[in-house]
Amino acid sequence: MSDDHVYMTLAEGHEDDTRWAYGTGFEDPLHGVDTTVPDGVDAAELAALCVALGDDALVSAQRLAEWTTRAPELEEEVALANIGLDLLGQARLLYSRAGQADGTERGEDAYAYFRDPDDFRNVTLAELPGGDFAFSMARLLVLSSWRLAHFQGLTASSDPVLAAIAAKGVKELTYHRQYAAEWVIRLGDGTEESHRRMRAGLRQVTAYLGELFDAYEARDEVLAVLRQIADVAGLALPEMTPGDEGPGRQGRHTDHLAPLLTELQSVARAHPEATW
Amino acid sequence: MIRMTAEQAASPAVIGASGQELQEHFDATIARDQRVEPRDWMPEGYRRTLIRQVAQHAHSEIIGMQPEGEWITRAPSLRRKAILFAKVQDEAGHGLYLYSAAETLGADRADLTERLLEGRQKYSSIFNYPTLSFADVGVIGWFVDGAAICNQVPLCRSSYGPYARAMVRICKEESFHQRQGYELLMTMMRGTDAQREMVQDAVNRWWWPSLMMFGPPDDNSPNSAQSMAWKIKRHSNDELRQRFVDMTVPQAEKLGVTLPDPELRWNAERGHHDFGTPDWDELMRVIKGDGPCNAQRIQRRRAAHEEGAWVREAAAAHTAKQAARAEKTEKGVAA
Amino acid sequence: MTGEKRDWPLYEVFVRGKRGLNHVHVGSLHAADDRMALTHARDLYTRRNEGVSIWVVRSEHIAASTRDEKDPFFAPSADKVYRHPTFYDIPDDVPHI
Repeated sequence: MSDDHVYMTLAEGHEDDTRWAYGTGFEDPLHGVDTTVPDGVDAAELAALCVALGDDALVSAQRLAEWTTRAPELEEEVALANIGLDLLGQARLLYSRAGQADGTERGEDAYAYFRDPDDFRNVTLAELPGGDFAFSMARLLVLSSWRLAHFQGLTASSDPVLAAIAAKGVKELTYHRQYAAEWVIRLGDGTEESHRRMRAGLRQVTAYLGELFDAYEARDEVLAVLRQIADVAGLALPEMTPGDEGPGRQGRHTDHLAPLLTELQSVARAHPEATW
Repeated sequence: MIRMTAEQAASPAVIGASGQELQEHFDATIARDQRVEPRDWMPEGYRRTLIRQVAQHAHSEIIGMQPEGEWITRAPSLRRKAILFAKVQDEAGHGLYLYSAAETLGADRADLTERLLEGRQKYSSIFNYPTLSFADVGVIGWFVDGAAICNQVPLCRSSYGPYARAMVRICKEESFHQRQGYELLMTMMRGTDAQREMVQDAVNRWWWPSLMMFGPPDDNSPNSAQSMAWKIKRHSNDELRQRFVDMTVPQAEKLGVTLPDPELRWNAERGHHDFGTPDWDELMRVIKGDGPCNAQRIQRRRAAHEEGAWVREAAAAHTAKQAARAEKTEKGVAA
Repeated sequence: MTGEKRDWPLYEVFVRGKRGLNHVHVGSLHAADDRMALTHARDLYTRRNEGVSIWVVRSEHIAASTRDEKDPFFAPSADKVYRHPTFYDIPDDVPHI
């Protein structure tokens, strides 16, 4: 095989090979789904829900992206990026649906880049700063368990688009939950240090459970998962105490959201007329 | 992959053949353009050179995540964010494929990482330059991944099997990397004046360092001849550099940017472009550790490695505890 | 950090791309245990392509032919050992997902 031949191969189309672009939007889960909002669906309510769930995903993906080049092992770089890409993909679909539902026909970037912190509706747990790997895994376990319960419910949504988005998300979130659960167990059981860190991470996260359940009541499912994992990990599940912050679903955020968004939006806002 | 230890590799007694017979067999394999595989006898110099080359390549992938990785959180559209996130993730994957190939030669990843952190093994000098605007993401894709493809496509035929196979996989993915970069630049060139300026500025900053990626000129590249004889390397530095220039010039014209080299022109007689001489002193400075970002890159890699130690230890401790518990249960059942 | 260097052992990864094909050796990775090795293998070598089947096995558990069993110059290809199932010793606790 000559080099020239290899160059030719590189230049050819790779339609069947979308793997590199995992989560980059080359696969359309909404293919063939009618995007008109059906009769009987409250469009404003649908839009608000899509924005809230999109914000949870975008803010979570941003925090996961912060692990890039900082993960505890190279294999974990790949895994965390996969999860971040899944969530980013969910955010994009949800924002697009919001733009169709609220009648503005705004695209995904309008929601991500040109709203202020007060307009974001993510739960505050998602916006907390990265912390250590134990905190990140505790948060991922809680958020993915909760979101999974929510998405499972939404697969029966009377809006077919949201139902399709949820169906795709369920598979992804099941994996995220498994990944996080395995790490919570490892760290809870591992060394004295990891046990101490895992306990602290879990305690920090538990303070935000109330806000999650106000936004979507999945108390039984989520607590059952947490108890089971905590039990295997040799960790006691901390008492649920109401957090000091939020609720993010009403646009009340911690001081951590504004800097996160400033960074996320910096280039886009510096060049408002630009196309990328 | 099945490994062969250095002792095994060096010991002809393992297979009951004389050193000379082994050498002849190895030479014949190379001459016939066949692949050398991990358990084959190989000269110690071949093994050591390969470990160094593959490790350096792996380190480059991992350190190379940093200049672009800084822009994932700031990418100006969600589509670009996803593409960049996936691309940087690919680089982690490529690093892993390559470390995996190095380990078939008896190297140990933890040991190679240590050598990188201590500055005893190098990575590509290009990653010691800073990324100053989002246009740099596009230009890195176009130039740096383009140069990497020039370097790497011939390595798909490298004489060492595991390395060649890793390269096939990597090259396939890198072609997308180059294309996403070029596509970003095309979009920016169709955008605002400020965007076009950003692109030209990035081109100006990255052009010469990209030409240096192919290494010093042939008359000053001491290890090249042996590596070419072993078919670890298939083309000389200058050949590959020429190929890159010839490939890039028409792309630059189409894009509407100027490559910052007044000597650059088509030479009909040679059938190639003539071009200026890169600043080789600068390359040597950057290789020796004096580039704009050398310290920062290694510092980041070291911090990740050290801050992750408790996580890696915890996972290992958990596995050991699990094994101990399983054994206890088994004994309990037996009793 | 004593002993940390070799704490996560090396695993070999075999992937069945689709039904009807054999598992093929695709490379290796480091993991603390079998479960983690499977998770990493999915993330790294298949990017979680649904429906593929993955085997992982600790590298040290692979037995391979050595050339002193045969003519020293028999066709050299490490891949060959993988074509013979009897050359592997796959631990019982590796799930065939």
